[in-house]
Amino acid sequence: MKVPKRRRSFRKKPKHSEEEDQPLRASEKSRRIPRSGRGEAGKMAAVTETGREAAAAVAETAGLAGPQEQERKLERERERSSDFLRGLELVKQGAEARVYRGRFLGRAAVIKERFPKRYRHPTLDSRLSRRRTLQEARALLRCRRAGILAPVVFFVDYTSNCLYLEDIEESLTVRDYIQSIQMTETDPEKLSLLARKIGKVLAQMHDEDVIHGDLTTSNMLLKMPIEQLSLVLIDFGLSFISGLPEDKGVDLYVLEKAFLSTHPNTETLYQDLLKSYSSESKKSGPVLKKLDEVRLRGRKRSMVG
Amino acid sequence: MPTVLGFEGSANKIGVGIVRDGAVLANPRRTYLTPPGTGFLPGDTARHHRACVLDLLHEALTEAGLDPKNIDCIAFTKGPGMGAPLVSVAVVARTVAQLWNKPLVAVNHCVGHIEMGRLITGAISPTVLYVSGGNTQVISYSEHRYRIFGETIDVAVGNCLDRFARVLKISNDPSPGYNIEQMAKRGQKLVELPYTVKGMDVSFSGILSYIEEAAHRMLAANECTPEDLCFSLQETVFAMLVEITERAMAHCGSQEVLIVGGVGCNMRLQEMMGTMCEERGAKLFATDERFCIDNGAMIAQAGWEMFQSGHKTALSDSGVTQRYRTDEVEVTWRN
Repeated sequence: MKVPKRRRSFRKKPKHSEEEDQPLRASEKSRRIPRSGRGEAGKMAAVTETGREAAAAVAETAGLAGPQEQERKLERERERSSDFLRGLELVKQGAEARVYRGRFLGRAAVIKERFPKRYRHPTLDSRLSRRRTLQEARALLRCRRAGILAPVVFFVDYTSNCLYLEDIEESLTVRDYIQSIQMTETDPEKLSLLARKIGKVLAQMHDEDVIHGDLTTSNMLLKMPIEQLSLVLIDFGLSFISGLPEDKGVDLYVLEKAFLSTHPNTETLYQDLLKSYSSESKKSGPVLKKLDEVRLRGRKRSMVG
Repeated sequence: MPTVLGFEGSANKIGVGIVRDGAVLANPRRTYLTPPGTGFLPGDTARHHRACVLDLLHEALTEAGLDPKNIDCIAFTKGPGMGAPLVSVAVVARTVAQLWNKPLVAVNHCVGHIEMGRLITGAISPTVLYVSGGNTQVISYSEHRYRIFGETIDVAVGNCLDRFARVLKISNDPSPGYNIEQMAKRGQKLVELPYTVKGMDVSFSGILSYIEEAAHRMLAANECTPEDLCFSLQETVFAMLVEITERAMAHCGSQEVLIVGGVGCNMRLQEMMGTMCEERGAKLFATDERFCIDNGAMIAQAGWEMFQSGHKTALSDSGVTQRYRTDEVEVTWRN
């Protein structure tokens, strides 16, 4: 099946290729989880078990068992995963996933479950959920490798499309922070510093060719203490890898609209953000030119109707 | 209790509506239809509007049982829309305002849709999905503006559907979208199409190019039926729309959705949106084709709100504009 050209790079490999899944799990496990942690949580033993079986199930899809048996097995896995999640605290239901808070091998974790959306056609839904889980895990790893703050990936469960991520404890969203500052203070310098920091982090991210795909102030966290301005990017479900200025420009355009509609009267702040982006990024010239183009496309669109 | 007469003619529909304090007294409408495989051109559409606007005005007054002296204000669409049809209708609005010596109010077409939807459904502060032949926006109100959270970054969803209908030579009567909806009900197979969501924004131009090309190829090879293509296109683009609406709701913490605009009367879109709302414990508000599709009463209703809060448009400012964004209007009639 063809998809627009620049996205094809993600989909050209076979759907569940082991070489792609494996390094991710292996490297994450050995690097992030201390051995002492493994025995601690009895509950978690069940999860790692689920993971192993899921891997086995994927291996079986390669040829051993009959399709019906595989499907039954996968179904059992999904039920098991959802039983486990129902026992946890539901933090929020976002646009496409439920977010739970729990522990993973003794560590504070958030579990992001891309549950089936009933409004979507089942074929379309499973295709999207799987692709997005994969893309999110990859983008998070890529960001972390580049030194950009983002949650650690503990575990990926492809059977039920769940991501087990580091819980950024003691943090608040940039959205809440801006709103609280706007209400209480008149000092514009404080927010301007934050805007410049956001610009810098996004420049780093784009220089790594990571396109976030859903930049809003709700998808950025500030770790305590806030004065340090350590900015954590989350929610990479719509992300993809691309070096095209067009994709980066659209990424900034998406943020611009979300920023200005969520926080009225912050046009100068967004200008600060872009200024810092352009001074920090090595490839900002063509990106900002594209951003201007995309904005013009936006003007054209309010026409008939 | 002012009575407002509204003129609408920004695209291929022309309507005259009369509204008094939330009651729609009359709302007749005509649609300019073109043969299958063709769209409507501005000049021809304006000619159509000029030919029937006075009949419609007469019909509206008769239906409401009113004389010009009972009317307190004349509202008309300032934009956005096609230039020639907008001008042809604005000329009539200015003329009757001067003849009858009534104040004029220039209305933003998108705001008209939103106000009509709020009036009919009673939604209080919903996240609005505005989907039509020329616009695709996710809107939420805050601080005296209808703020656009998400929108199409290229063509509108209705435009995508209309142009696809032209490829298959689907009839434009009563509208291409309606006929696609009926054909989609008989579709079985889901053809994989691009799915382009960018945060709270969407893009349809790639899907359109893809399906235009795929339609000829797949139909010739007998790989699918025209019904399958209609089905697949609807399933894909509506899933995108529901997704961005849900994302905006999560972002704004909203628990109400209102669908307005011509595409909004598609029952499959309403059904999908309803399922999404059920899953989040939110409430869906939607209207039928009388008020979803462009009509005069929506302009009268927005004009009524504006007139009540003291707006009047001077004759010298009563020009029309093709580009007039929803968030340019200061909403003085809401808190």
